[in-house]
Amino acid sequence: MAEQDNPDREELPVDPALRARICDFLLDVAHAIDDDRLEAWAQFFTEQATYRITTRESEEAGMPIGIMACASRGMLEDRIKALRTANIFEPHTYCHLLGPSRLRLVAPDLVAARTNFSVIRTMQNGESILFAAGRYQDEIVTGRERPLLRSRTVVLESRRIDVLLVIPI
Amino acid sequence: MSTDTAQTSAGTAPISWPEEGVSRVPYQLFSDPQIYAMEQERIFRGPVWHFLCLELEVANPGDYRTGFVGETPIIVTRNRTGDIHAMVNRCAHKGALVCHKERGNAKTLSCVYHSWTYDLEGRLMGLAFRDGLKGKGGMPKTFRTSDHRLQPIRTEVYAGIVFGTFHADTPDVETFFGPAMCRILQRNLSRPLRLLGYHSQMIHNNWKLYAENVRDSYHATLLHTFYTTFRINRLDMDGGIRIADAPQPWHHLSFARRATFEAAEEYTAAEVHSANYESRLNGPELLETWEEFDDGITHAIQALFPTLTIQFTLNSLAVRWFTPRGVDRTELFWMYLGYADDEDDEQQMRVMQANLTGAAGLVSLEDGCINEFVQRGTRGSTPGDRAFMEMGGTTVESSEGSRATEVAIRGFWQGYREIMGLG
Ligand code: FES
Ligand SMILES: [Fe+2]
Repeated sequence: MAEQDNPDREELPVDPALRARICDFLLDVAHAIDDDRLEAWAQFFTEQATYRITTRESEEAGMPIGIMACASRGMLEDRIKALRTANIFEPHTYCHLLGPSRLRLVAPDLVAARTNFSVIRTMQNGESILFAAGRYQDEIVTGRERPLLRSRTVVLESRRIDVLLVIPI
Repeated sequence: MSTDTAQTSAGTAPISWPEEGVSRVPYQLFSDPQIYAMEQERIFRGPVWHFLCLELEVANPGDYRTGFVGETPIIVTRNRTGDIHAMVNRCAHKGALVCHKERGNAKTLSCVYHSWTYDLEGRLMGLAFRDGLKGKGGMPKTFRTSDHRLQPIRTEVYAGIVFGTFHADTPDVETFFGPAMCRILQRNLSRPLRLLGYHSQMIHNNWKLYAENVRDSYHATLLHTFYTTFRINRLDMDGGIRIADAPQPWHHLSFARRATFEAAEEYTAAEVHSANYESRLNGPELLETWEEFDDGITHAIQALFPTLTIQFTLNSLAVRWFTPRGVDRTELFWMYLGYADDEDDEQQMRVMQANLTGAAGLVSLEDGCINEFVQRGTRGSTPGDRAFMEMGGTTVESSEGSRATEVAIRGFWQGYREIMGLG
């Protein structure tokens, strides 16, 4: 069980300034993808960060494999480089819609955040669809100049992906 | 052009198979609704073993798992005495789904509409208000529960897979796949398995385009450039295509052995885009691997007619199958496996390598769209338009030492023509 899901964990207050900082950060992370600044997106993670895309079904069954699993920022960078130079796919863009975040201060420099999202995917012919919906389960370290993701688990509501998934969610 | 035609229950579907044989495939096959209806009858309800589920999904007595064979909804159960049964998920009363959950455990199968209740083998046990209410209504005296049941599907469990067939004439599984295919099934799956993950992909193409794609060893290193550039599966590795030694050689194994990498001149000369990517990973943990087998085979991708693929690539074991969802839609399922006695670090390597395949597979994600490109490209084609596939010849025979061939695709079409009765 992730730290932020533990109902017995003592809750520390998140002051409004920190809340504002984290919420801006989460929007910046989403907008970096929407704006195709994926190389910059990877830099929102710590070097040892984990990033996983999984499904509600896999998560509930405790299965370790979902859709994607990166065990370091290096793996994220490889993903981006592959997308830019190796992978073949039809051009498309994402538009992220984030819901309000539930934040918990789990240590002086560590915030756990849960944020629902949906992603609208638009293809080059103009077709827009609801490509993904789900939640981010994040651990954000706040001690440095700017916040960084220490871990992000993207839990998709659906286990069925339309066509393919190449741009991270 | 020959003038062969085939009759279907849905009417007459005139298909002229080019006289060159299975090195030519009419594009019409990918979009014709009459052909699609005929496939449901002759292939999905025909003399073929279909993947139903893994045995581990119905591990305990009372477990059930629903799924599909073609368009037909099915249920797989394990009964009280531990035997596996399969049946059509369609109530004998008015045709409602009997199980509407994907999986579960039950003592009996009860249809929610009017409470007709079946045992785990699909036999009708009883129904509500059989004798009416207050002496009125009810079933006629002649009604017998033994006259009604869920339509049974013949099953056979082999190497941890539950296979099913609607047809009485299908030979047993070992005969159907032949010794060479069965050896690989045993190699990969005949140990207690653990399910590590599960997802699906909706691809916008006829199911046969994916069946071709899985058998297309020609494209592997050309379209999938991540794989090539990281030197995981170059054509210059020792390997080949082994066609099934079954009475109907419709299945095949594509394999590669660990070999010393030598830059292949063909790649440089052809200026294929495979060499673009730097062969250095920032996250090398992706490809941490250990040698699991002493046969030296690092890649074994087995395609079993018509819709099942089992891959053991490096340490990534996955079962992949697909179901038609209409003439131009196919749902592709991925089930990732490990062994029950895997060490933690072994499981972690399987988890990392799962990044290579699936809907977001660094190696395979192109297959999500490439078949759609064919579907779209062949729109508006006329009856004489057809694919040309003579890479590696025009026949169907094993091709040791080379995967630059379309032999396995021709093998699929040979089976397809035979079973569909298309000349
Ligand atoms: S349809 Fe199942 S009981 Fe009536
Ligand atoms: Fe492929």
